[in-house]
Amino acid sequence: MEKTIANTVLKVNEEGYLTDFSQWNQEVGSAIAQEANIGMTARHWEVIAYLQREFKNEVPLSIRRIGKSGVVDIKEFYQLFPMAPLKTASKIAGIPKPVSCI
Amino acid sequence: MSQDNGEVRKMMIILSKATLENVYAAFVLANGARMEGIEAELFFTFFGLEAVHKKKLEHLHVATVGNPAMHMPTMLGGLPGMEALATHMMKKEMERIDMPDVHEFLDILKASGVKLWACKLAMDMFHYKREDLYDDMDGVLTVGDFYKQGTGAGTHMLFV
Repeated sequence: MEKTIANTVLKVNEEGYLTDFSQWNQEVGSAIAQEANIGMTARHWEVIAYLQREFKNEVPLSIRRIGKSGVVDIKEFYQLFPMAPLKTASKIAGIPKPVSCI
Repeated sequence: MSQDNGEVRKMMIILSKATLENVYAAFVLANGARMEGIEAELFFTFFGLEAVHKKKLEHLHVATVGNPAMHMPTMLGGLPGMEALATHMMKKEMERIDMPDVHEFLDILKASGVKLWACKLAMDMFHYKREDLYDDMDGVLTVGDFYKQGTGAGTHMLFV
């Protein structure tokens, strides 16, 4: 599928996750965040950068790992991305939807 | 306004057992709800209270008797040490799939915004005091109070 985000035509899956991370930039991330009603702050971007690092290192994401990341604790993670934090943050980060149940 | 379109908005999960497989089922369901943006509350009643009892929560066991999925004869499951062995094996597997232990799981649930309630009747029955329980409990409720917590469209209740 294709979707125009931030005036760029991007490849996405049916749930709106980017399928080609190389197409991601901060403008794209901001636009996706806006769709999810999240106003991005420097703190949000720190977390997004962490998720992208984990993705590049092929580490599967889970709430438990986030809590142990040293970047953000679980409570703050839920405050930053209140509805479905791991899914929302992954979508903004341009990485695939996490498959973890924990 | 709050029109019910069939969407799940809140999970009210009642945990009545203290076998490890049931405790984890309830915890995973509650945590999974939060991960999807669904509210979740846990009500610990009868033996389920052991999952939040400070001295007991680290020592919960898998049931080896009366559990056909263990694929062992019931007589064998009753032998001394069998439960400990099955529990040990299950804990090893859970560590492998990044599953936290009971105490850490409670911390995760709490940080994720899950409400943890102890059942008043069961507390009285087992002579438990508030200080016997996990520190971050949200309180002790009657069944009626718990139902009231579930008010609103899109609330579902689960008995584990």
